[in-house]
Amino acid sequence: MSDHYPALVLLAPLFGALVIGLFGLRDHRVCLPVVISALGVSLLAAISLVLGVSSGGPIDYFVAGWKEPIGIGIQLRADAINTPLLVVIAIVALLAGIFSIRPAAERDSEKTPYFYVLFLLLCVGLFGITITADAFNVFVLIEVTALSSYGLVAIGHSKRGKVAAFHYLIMGTVGASFYLLGVGYLYLKLGSLNMQDIHAILASDDALADSRAIRTAFVFILVGIWTKMAFFPLHGWLPNAYSYSPSGSAALLAPLVTKVSVYVMVRMMVSVFGLDRLEANVEWGHFVVWLAIIAIAAGSTMALAQREIKKMLCCLIVAEVGYMVGGAWLGDPQRWGLTGTVFHILADALMTSCLFLAAGIFAKWLGALKLEDLSGLFRKMPLTAAGFVVGGLAIIGVPPTCGFYSKFYLIRGCIESGQWTYVVALLASSLVNAVLFFRIFEIAYFGKKTADSHGGDHGQDHESEPIVRLEPPLHTLIPLLVAAALLVLLGLFNGPVVEFIRTGLIETDAVVSTGR
Amino acid sequence: MKAKIFASIAVAITGAVLLYAVTDFPRFGDPRSPANAGIGGGSPSASLYYIENTYRDTKVPNLVTAILADYRGYDTMFETVVILTAGMSIFAILRVLRRDDASGAPDPAPASSDPSIDGDHHRIIVGTTCRIAAPLIQIFALYVVAHGHHSPGGGFQGGVMLGASFILIALSGSLRDTLVRFGEQQYLRLAFIGILIYAGFGFLPLWVGRNFLDYGALSGLLMTSGEEMARSHSMLGVEIGVAMTVMSIMFAIFANLSTRGRLRGGL
Amino acid sequence: MQPFFQEAVIPHFNFWIYVIIMMVGLWSVIAKNNLIKKLIGLSIFQTAILLLYVSLGVKEGATIPVLDHHALTESSPTESSEGPGKKAHAINPDHYANPLPHVLMLTAIVVGVATLGVALALTQMIYKDFGTIEEDEVLNQIKALHDDV
Repeated sequence: MSDHYPALVLLAPLFGALVIGLFGLRDHRVCLPVVISALGVSLLAAISLVLGVSSGGPIDYFVAGWKEPIGIGIQLRADAINTPLLVVIAIVALLAGIFSIRPAAERDSEKTPYFYVLFLLLCVGLFGITITADAFNVFVLIEVTALSSYGLVAIGHSKRGKVAAFHYLIMGTVGASFYLLGVGYLYLKLGSLNMQDIHAILASDDALADSRAIRTAFVFILVGIWTKMAFFPLHGWLPNAYSYSPSGSAALLAPLVTKVSVYVMVRMMVSVFGLDRLEANVEWGHFVVWLAIIAIAAGSTMALAQREIKKMLCCLIVAEVGYMVGGAWLGDPQRWGLTGTVFHILADALMTSCLFLAAGIFAKWLGALKLEDLSGLFRKMPLTAAGFVVGGLAIIGVPPTCGFYSKFYLIRGCIESGQWTYVVALLASSLVNAVLFFRIFEIAYFGKKTADSHGGDHGQDHESEPIVRLEPPLHTLIPLLVAAALLVLLGLFNGPVVEFIRTGLIETDAVVSTGR
Repeated sequence: MKAKIFASIAVAITGAVLLYAVTDFPRFGDPRSPANAGIGGGSPSASLYYIENTYRDTKVPNLVTAILADYRGYDTMFETVVILTAGMSIFAILRVLRRDDASGAPDPAPASSDPSIDGDHHRIIVGTTCRIAAPLIQIFALYVVAHGHHSPGGGFQGGVMLGASFILIALSGSLRDTLVRFGEQQYLRLAFIGILIYAGFGFLPLWVGRNFLDYGALSGLLMTSGEEMARSHSMLGVEIGVAMTVMSIMFAIFANLSTRGRLRGGL
Repeated sequence: MQPFFQEAVIPHFNFWIYVIIMMVGLWSVIAKNNLIKKLIGLSIFQTAILLLYVSLGVKEGATIPVLDHHALTESSPTESSEGPGKKAHAINPDHYANPLPHVLMLTAIVVGVATLGVALALTQMIYKDFGTIEEDEVLNQIKALHDDV
C-alpha cells in the first residue's frame, strides 16, 4: 500500500464522503468520526510522501498503469513543492473539521451531513489539484473544489451568503474557463496535456515556445488562476464570500482555496513553462511585480477601512496573495523569491486558519462581528485571545512566528533581484498590519472607549462589570491553539523546510529533457 | 451603464488578445497538426497512440469510450464526482428539510398545487403517452450505456437519458407520482453507490499491487482470458456506475429546482 | 485586405467564430443585470470553449473516432506475425478524428451543466429572499439591510 500514497491522499476523503452519503444522511453521528479518520489517513499519507520525497526525490505515480509513451495516462507527481502543501491542507482541514463540531443540542441541524459531504469533497479537490501532473486534470479538480465551495458558502440561512456565492460562482467559472482555454491553446500547439511533456517540448524548441499562441496560453492560464486566487483586481468575490459564509465553512475555505490556486500558478511557472523562459522576458516579471505591489497596497488599505472582523481578514488575504504573486515573479537567480512564495503558501494557510478559527469563535460565542464588539476580549476569553494574538503577530511578521521568515525570504529574493519597490511595499504593509492588529489588541484589552467613559469612569466600569470568563468549549478552542502553536513551530523549524523546498525548486527547474 | 462600458472594454481587450493568437494556429482540419499527429522529431502525440493501439490494449472499438473510461479514467471519475458535488451543493442550498416531513415522503393531498395540472382530463392523453414512452426511453438508455463500447454512447449519455425518462413522467403527470417510484432516499443512495462502483473498480487493483484504476489487474477477479478483456469489462462496470450517478443527480436537480427544495407541487 | 482573409481568416474560420461567440458570452456575463441572463451568457461562454477544443481535433475527410469493423478484421489476425508496422497500415490515423478533444469536452460539458445547476439553485434562493433577480435591486436591498447573517 505504501507505493500508493499519492492516490491514497485523496481517496481517503472520497471514500469518507461516500460513507457519509450512504450511512450518514439519516444518522448524523456517523459524520464526524468519518471526517476525522479520512483526513487522518490523508495526513499520514501526506507525511509519508514528504519523507519519501526528501529521501528519494520526486515520486511519480501513473494512474491506471499507463506509463509510456508519456501523456497517454494521467500522472501524479509528488515533489518538494507540493508535498508540504499536502500536509498543511490535511492539518488545516482537520482543524476546521474539529472546530465545526456543534454542541449536542444543535447537532441535528438538518443539513449537517450535506455540509460534511461537501467538506470532504472539497478536500478531495484540493489534494487532487496539488498532486496531479496533468494540466487538464487540474481543471476538473478545480471544478470539484469550486462546486463544493459554492455549496459551503451558500449553506445556512444567510441571505447575503447566497448572493456572495452567486458572484463567486460567476467569477470562479470565468476564471476556470480561462484556465481551460489556456490549456486548449497549449494542447493545440504542442499535442500534449502532461506537464512534464509540455515542459520538455517547450525547452527543446525556442521558436515554438515564443510563438504567439503559447504566450497567449500562458496569459490566459495566469489570468484564470489569478481570478481563483483573488489577485487584485480580480478579488471582488472574496470578501463577501468568506464573510457571509458560516464559520465552519470559512475556517476551511479561507485558508486553503486561494493558497492552492497560488500553488497552481507556481507549478505552471516552474514545471510547465520553465523559469528561464519566463525570466527572459524581464518586462513581464517587472509588470507582474508592480501588479503585486498594487494588490498589497489595495488589500492593506481596504483592511484598514473595515469595521467587521471577517471582512478585515479577507482584505488581509488579498494582500497576502499579493505577497505571494510578487515573490514568485521576482526572478532572482538563487530562487529565494519563489522559495519565499512557496513557504508563504504554507505559512499563510496556517495563519489564515488560526485567524478565521478565532473569528469563528468570536462570532459564535461572543456574538462579535464588528471590531468594537471585541472589547474586553482578554478578560472574557484569555486563551482564545492568545491564539488570536499569535495569528496577528504572524501576519505582522514578528519572529519566531513563520510570518517573519516568509517575509525574510521574500525580501532576500527582492534584494537579489533588485526590485526595491517590492521591499518597500512589504515593509509598508507589515506596518499597516501592525496598526490593524494593535488597534484590535487595544480594544480587546482596554475595552471600547466611548464618548462618556473616559479616564475617571474607567475605574468604575472595571468594578461594576462582572468579569465573566466565557471561554469556548474545548473542541473549538483546541484547533485554534494548535494552529497558533504550529505557526510558532513552523517558524522555529523553517530552516529544513525552506531548504527542502528550495532544493526541490532548483532541481525541478533544471530538469530539461525527459527522453523524448 | 457602467457595467456595459466596462464589459465592452474587457471584451475588446480579451477578444483582441485571442484573435492575435488565432493566426498562429495550425490550419483548421489539418491532420498533421501538433494535436493530431504530434510535433514531429520522433515524438508521436497521445492521440496517435490512442488510434493505433486502443483496440490492441482494450478490445474496445469506440476510442472515445476507451480513453474516457480507461486511459483517462481518473478524469472521468472526478467528472462523476463533479456531478455528485453539484447535486450535494444544490441540496445544501435549496433543500428544505423539516423534521416532521420524512424527506421524500409524498404529501397526501396537493393542497397548494394547481388543480388543473393534476386534473384528470389533462392527464389522460399526455400522461398515458408519456408513461408508455418512458420505459422505451429507459430501454434505449440502457442500450446506449451498454453499447458505448461499439458506438457513440456510454455512461453519461445513457445516464442523462435515464434521468430524462423520470423527468418526463414528472413533467407530464405529477412529481408526487414519480417520487413514489423514485424517491429521495433511493436516488441519493444510487448516486453514492454509482461513485462507489467507480472508485471500487479503481481501488481493487491496489490489493494486487497494481496502480489505482489499473483494470488489467482484475483479469483474475473477472475471470477473463487476458488483461484486455478485463479492461473492456471493467469499463462497462465503470460506465454503469457513472450512469447510476448521473441518472440520480439529474432527477434530483430537476426535483429540487422545480419545487424550490420542497418536493411538493411541481411544474 | 484580401491576403489577410486568405491567410489569417479562411484557414482558421472556426477559431474566429469561437472567439466571437466567446466574447458575446463574456459580455453578457459582465454587462447584463438580470441574473438569468448572466447565466445564459456563462453558458454561451463555456460552449465557445467546447467549440475550440472540438475544432482543433478535426481532420479533413475523417470520420468519428470509432474504429470500423473493416479495419478491425484486417488487423487482428496479423498482429503477432507481422509486427507493429503492418498493424499501423490497417488502422489509418488520418481516417479518424482526434478522440482526445472529444473526451476532454465530454468532461467540460458535464462541468458546465453542473455549474449551471448550482447557479440556478442559487438564483432561486435569491429570488425567494429578495423577491427579484435583477442584480441592482438585490444590491440595493442588501445595502438597506443593516443586520448581517
